[in-house]
Amino acid sequence: MCLAIPGKVLSTFDQHGLHMAKVQFGGVVREACLEYVPEVQAGEYVLVHVGFALSRIDEAEAERTYQALRELGQLTELEAPVDDELDERTQFVPVKVDPGGN
Amino acid sequence: MPTADETSKILGASGPEIVPASAPFGSCPIPIFDHKRIVLGHGSGGKLTADLIEKIFLPAFRNPTLDKMDDQAVLKIGDLRLAFTTDSFVVTPIFFPGGDIGRLAIHGTVNDLAMSGARPLYLSAAFILEEGLAVDDLRRVVESMRAAAAEAGVQLVTGDTKVVNRGKGDQIFITTTGIGIIENDVNISADQASPGDKIILSGTIGDHGMTIMSQREGLEFEGAIESDCASLNELVITMLSTSTSTQRRDFIHTMRDPTRGGVATTLNEIASRANVGIVIDQRSIPIRESVKGACEVLGLDPLYVANEGKLLAFVVPEMAEAVLHRMRQHPLGSNAAVIGEAVDTHPGMVLMKTEIGGTRVLDVMFGEQLPRIC
Amino acid sequence: MKYVDEYRDGAIAAQIVDEIRRTLTRPWVVMEVCGGQTHSIVKHGIDYLLPAGVELVHGPGCPVCVTPLEMIDKAHAIARLPDVIFCSFGDMLRVPGSEGDLFTIKSLGGDVRVVYSPLECLKIARANPEKHVVFFAIGFETTAPANAMLAWRAREESLNNLSLLVSHVLVPPALEAILEAPGNRVQGFLGPGHVCAVMGYREYDPISARYHVPIVITGFEPLDILQGTLMTIRQLESGRATVENQYSRILNCEGNRAAQRLIGTVFEVGDRKWRGIGTIPMSGYHLRDEFSRHDAEKLFDVAAIAPHEPEICISGEILRGLKKPHDCPAFATLCTPQRPLGATMVSAEGACAAYYTYGRHLSPHGSDPLRPANSETENVHANR
Repeated sequence: MCLAIPGKVLSTFDQHGLHMAKVQFGGVVREACLEYVPEVQAGEYVLVHVGFALSRIDEAEAERTYQALRELGQLTELEAPVDDELDERTQFVPVKVDPGGN
Repeated sequence: MPTADETSKILGASGPEIVPASAPFGSCPIPIFDHKRIVLGHGSGGKLTADLIEKIFLPAFRNPTLDKMDDQAVLKIGDLRLAFTTDSFVVTPIFFPGGDIGRLAIHGTVNDLAMSGARPLYLSAAFILEEGLAVDDLRRVVESMRAAAAEAGVQLVTGDTKVVNRGKGDQIFITTTGIGIIENDVNISADQASPGDKIILSGTIGDHGMTIMSQREGLEFEGAIESDCASLNELVITMLSTSTSTQRRDFIHTMRDPTRGGVATTLNEIASRANVGIVIDQRSIPIRESVKGACEVLGLDPLYVANEGKLLAFVVPEMAEAVLHRMRQHPLGSNAAVIGEAVDTHPGMVLMKTEIGGTRVLDVMFGEQLPRIC
Repeated sequence: MKYVDEYRDGAIAAQIVDEIRRTLTRPWVVMEVCGGQTHSIVKHGIDYLLPAGVELVHGPGCPVCVTPLEMIDKAHAIARLPDVIFCSFGDMLRVPGSEGDLFTIKSLGGDVRVVYSPLECLKIARANPEKHVVFFAIGFETTAPANAMLAWRAREESLNNLSLLVSHVLVPPALEAILEAPGNRVQGFLGPGHVCAVMGYREYDPISARYHVPIVITGFEPLDILQGTLMTIRQLESGRATVENQYSRILNCEGNRAAQRLIGTVFEVGDRKWRGIGTIPMSGYHLRDEFSRHDAEKLFDVAAIAPHEPEICISGEILRGLKKPHDCPAFATLCTPQRPLGATMVSAEGACAAYYTYGRHLSPHGSDPLRPANSETENVHANR
């Protein structure tokens, strides 16, 4: 569960007693409620789930961890002994598809 | 507050029948419900629609032409091959960025004809108007149809108008028919797709469907996002006129416009009709950032979202580059790309290599695509 | 899209997979808790990329799947009433009750509306004072802040024509139920990233310690899942068992305090029945008494039809990671998304539905259908 998308806060405003924001998701703009992250400013990124911002994205942390991911392949690690048989894959046999989808 | 009695009175009204099915796995009756009422999903172009066609329409009207199940019927009358099609348009809202129901009606019908390689000639349009529709709105729709017909080079030659009571018809419904002529050396249909064919997509996906969805869901878009509604007949002529050493025009096996149900559903229909397998590469599929963002936000898959100005073409491999080049020179094909190919393994199945290098099977859409939270 | 696209990078994915392979010395069984994670795995074909020694089993993190049949029948009974506007997330619309689904009720004239956010119900209630608006408030802890806000605002604005039908479930008790179950094979968990964005992850420390299982709080994009898997495998290989945070760009151990406060004000923890599993004590949220005016379960005296679960359905075992969809004789034959027999097929996020949607019934267990056909597939097994 939990389709939550990161988006950029464009502006904030108040409506019906709730602190809200216009949030941009890759070219789409949608409203979200900021009551749970009231300190967020325009220009910052938030995680939005069903119209509510649940957390502020820590951009520095994101940069740091993404960098670590990219460097993964460059780390020199001692090769751990690996069992060849673990990697057996069954040969794929095409199954006749019933166009009716059943 | 409603009581249990009132509730059971309502529950007693007809709902889907629980039909015990004979189960191969034991004697306990398993409730399986079949649709006793039409639901919205029956109109979305996916499995439910196919189900309706197979169970209700085909058995009643069966004949060799209908059984081909292309978007248009190809009729031989003397020496002439006519393409003949019909379509209806019920979109809401009736005006949207990039078009309106009228423009959609003209282009949609022209495209159904063009996909068989026909030269679209004449259209008819029947209007069902809801009592209370603003005459100015009707005027706007009709003017839009005039302009669209002129763009496509077709004539509206006959029509009809009916009016229904307020509440019985969503402002305006339009039903069209269209006829065109297919030249003798052109032979394009779904069942001709062959292993080795390259699959070309003429441009970005999801524009029309997400424009409509955005109007309904109150999404705003930065930058222009609008319906891609357009007639493709000129683009098809351009493609067919790609020069070839043989001077023959049989290098395009299949064409289809991925409307309801999107690219995924259309590819499945072709794979099934032609009994070929299909493999596509997710990274090669053109999509606008704004459409992608809208799909992410709503939890929709752009491969299942409707397009109204795009086509998929199955082209013999040795001509694919040349056809692609021709397409890219035409305004409606500027973002054209080869997205995959037909194969002889896994016939009837559409596979996609995902952007991270995994594999995914693209099935036919079931019913309505629903925004999800999960 | 920032924070989305870069987490779908194929080259980095291949590197993480290589690293997993280098670390692996024996097979392990890891469970991803969230339905959204299952969805991502099956959609991107992540399980096809992982070395065969890593087995991903699917967890109960699909709130739609685990909503009891009685609750769905109650929802449908309410939706059928005249003068009720029944609002729901899209996911619930196709879930069948004992008789039909919300689409059917809509086709019979029921006023059923899909909402993207619970806040839309406030607008609908304000605009329709003569009708009663009922919102089907399902979810895990991730959705609790949104649902709590709806109940809170309904009371603040005295919108007495608005109520919630609550079916909220909690993750930690579910994990314990899985670990306690006889025959449990799960050795490590990819923890629920968005649930923890709300609740933090302190409550997983005692579980990790008591059962000696690594719990890596993981995100949802392919690179998140692969990295979370790598972190779990590293712990398992070195005999460690702690809670770690892969999803650090989104959350920390505290979670969202403001959300937790409002949840605590609106909801109280109580027993909940989980479809396919049974009642788990103290595993769900109920509206507190102060919100009774907005509690649809109390306002509507609807009798549930005696729900009948097909005996053939093995959802319970799938939700606990004991079995996979392929193990069920009804999978893709009698039971399909069009005609779901049980919990894990009814929702798009359920394991059975995810498998079916992404065509897994069309290829034999565990094999990648593209391998023999496409020689260009990045063959991560090449360097061996």
